[in-house]
Amino acid sequence: MVSRPHGGRLVDRVARGSSRQRLIEEATEMPKIEISESLAADVANIAHGVYSPLEGFMLREDYECVLEFMRLSNDVPWTIPITLDVEPDEVRDVVPGDEVVLIYRKVPIAVMRVEEIYPWDRKEYAMKVFKTVDPSHPGVARTMKRKSMLVGGQVLLINDPPEPFERYRLWPKETRVLFEARGWRTIAAFQTRNVPHLGHEYVQKAALTFTDGLFINPLVGWKKPGDYRDEVIVEAYRALIEHYYPAESVVFSVLRMEMRYAGPREAVHHAIVRKNFGATHFIVGRDHAGVGRFYGPYEAWEIFKEFPDLGITPLFVREAFYCRKCGGMVNEKICPHGNEHRVRISGTKLREMIKRSEKPPEYMMRPEVAEVILRHPNPFVE
Amino acid sequence: MRMSDKVQISIARELYEKAKRFVEEQGGFSSVEELVEFLLREVLSEEESSYTMSKEDEEKVKERLRALGYI
Ligand SMILES: [Zn+2]
Repeated sequence: MVSRPHGGRLVDRVARGSSRQRLIEEATEMPKIEISESLAADVANIAHGVYSPLEGFMLREDYECVLEFMRLSNDVPWTIPITLDVEPDEVRDVVPGDEVVLIYRKVPIAVMRVEEIYPWDRKEYAMKVFKTVDPSHPGVARTMKRKSMLVGGQVLLINDPPEPFERYRLWPKETRVLFEARGWRTIAAFQTRNVPHLGHEYVQKAALTFTDGLFINPLVGWKKPGDYRDEVIVEAYRALIEHYYPAESVVFSVLRMEMRYAGPREAVHHAIVRKNFGATHFIVGRDHAGVGRFYGPYEAWEIFKEFPDLGITPLFVREAFYCRKCGGMVNEKICPHGNEHRVRISGTKLREMIKRSEKPPEYMMRPEVAEVILRHPNPFVE
Repeated sequence: MRMSDKVQISIARELYEKAKRFVEEQGGFSSVEELVEFLLREVLSEEESSYTMSKEDEEKVKERLRALGYI
């Protein structure tokens, strides 16, 4: 049985048919708010149920509860506020009860019924969500640049924002039908913002050994400079799956959502989102969604203790390394040998090799994966 | 509610004893019956509100999944 949607009901805020036509016409008369790529992705995620039970951008009460207690005002677990930020003059003539149209790249994306316009404290947000206000943290830096007011209210999608990876983009209602069609009762979801090396493959296959299916769901969208480009991640995974995974046990699709690098809080958010896709299990890696040295290596595991009612089971799989004595990929829990026998796969080291156009050794990365990465003149975000 | 609107259900005695102890120790419920009714309502109300798709919608979704090679 696929997971029940978070909060009990899969949200569907997509306008269709004649009501969509009518909204598009009415929208030409509504006040406009221009939104960024990440916000447009959030709107689509709300409308297609990725953020169930949210039906719009958060109102103040939910926003404050999420910051303070990591729960919505109705006690449903939720760790990252989903908010729409504006400057006061963008909503000068808007009062609660008004409908506004959200515009992305000149296209009307959604109609929003404004319920509340309220100020927020970006520093407080950073402290609560990222546990730091250090501007060298990419999530903090991005937060401090956001606009000073928040607008809350339900949205109704009228046009999907453009998706270059449409061919690999599935919505929760699609993955749910797909998992059912495959007869999967247990599904382990894997979140990633990286190209796969052997450590990732080991962790995924360890989970798949005990579940019916594996759902690989990389994030596309804003990432910090130095991270891999979206197209590189997608192509690298396609190569890995084609050569090393049984096709009937794996589903690969992308999710457009910005990385926040909020460590533990974001790990829970990632789990909730995958629950809405129908996953029953969620793989939580070492330093999940972390950056630099801002979070402890297993902090993202600890936080799950606070959510016995999450409705998706976290799988804490230890970091994998190659052990010469064991003669294969293992982890600390199953290998008794000392450090002198262990070869760790460092993402940083791999990145450096790729920057020098060097092919990483096969115990670090599958040659087919390395080839597609090295084919790109510049595989990294600038 | 009239008595005739109620039905009897059998459950394991062990479970009943546990529930009875729970009611006595935790408070909030005046009887095992009330606890059971509450729990059933919780489960059933969620079930009712969970997402169900029309056959037609499901077929549309399957068409896309087939076109993309997922099924
Ligand atoms: Zn070993």
